[in-house]
Amino acid sequence: MTLTHCLLLASFLFCVGVYGLLTRRQAVAVLLSLELMMNAANLAFASFAHFKGGPGQVFVIFALAITVAEVAIGLALVMLLYRRYDDTALDRASEAKG
Amino acid sequence: MNALFVLAALVTAFAAVLVVAGKNLVRAVMALALALLGTAVVYALLDASFLAGVQVLTYVGGVVTLMIFGVMVTRRHEGANAPAERVHGFRGLVIAAGLFALLAWAVMESDLDRGAPPIFAPETTRSLARSLLDEHLIAFEVVSLLLLAAILGAVVLARRRDGRDAGSELLAAATREAVESQTQGEPVEAAGSARGGAAR
Repeated sequence: MTLTHCLLLASFLFCVGVYGLLTRRQAVAVLLSLELMMNAANLAFASFAHFKGGPGQVFVIFALAITVAEVAIGLALVMLLYRRYDDTALDRASEAKG
Repeated sequence: MNALFVLAALVTAFAAVLVVAGKNLVRAVMALALALLGTAVVYALLDASFLAGVQVLTYVGGVVTLMIFGVMVTRRHEGANAPAERVHGFRGLVIAAGLFALLAWAVMESDLDRGAPPIFAPETTRSLARSLLDEHLIAFEVVSLLLLAAILGAVVLARRRDGRDAGSELLAAATREAVESQTQGEPVEAAGSARGGAAR
């Protein structure tokens, strides 16, 4: 287990998240992909903290708190979307663009 | 230790693929829980036991539960399956694979494992708490404000605007009952009859 291995795992998770973000239609599925990407970033922080030192773990804790806030707001928005369009497909909401 | 890392990494990667490739949203959320648990194992292997615990508690316990609620509340059809639709599959695959190739190339090229490991005190839960509440105190307080704002924002966003939620309907029914019993000349016990009306 080296830093390279951990970072490879993190980049794989991040790219899987990018794939989901680009290809899923439902808002909840997009949120799931976002979680994967956040998780990958946290993993990279923790790996650097373990192998190179520095305040990586504190970063991860703050990132966790921000992620939880993002999930709460995101799900509230998903519920609004569902109430408005009776569907959670994100391309339905394209009329929201400025 | 190495075998455990390989196992955890494989499980995490496989579960992550299931999250984005599955046909059923509920299963995707469950796969996300598995991926987050695998990451918690990796955290534990990285000497970050506190992070592993927090990961299990907040992510697997909280976020995944929230996501399940999100899936259940916002689906159109009755039944056990919540189908997950996909668009632009090929283009997304190309972009994600390209990004992974780029990142992997950068990681491999930068020669991170070379050289003597730097000398530093390993981060324990005690030192983590110390730096959280001492060095990063302002950020800590700002995050608590952020969480409060997020709670308020989520409640305000998800509340029904037309006042048709369960609480106000119950209140309206109770008020109606109380008014009717008063106009019929029954003993005036507003609180008691309101409660009876709500129960009826």
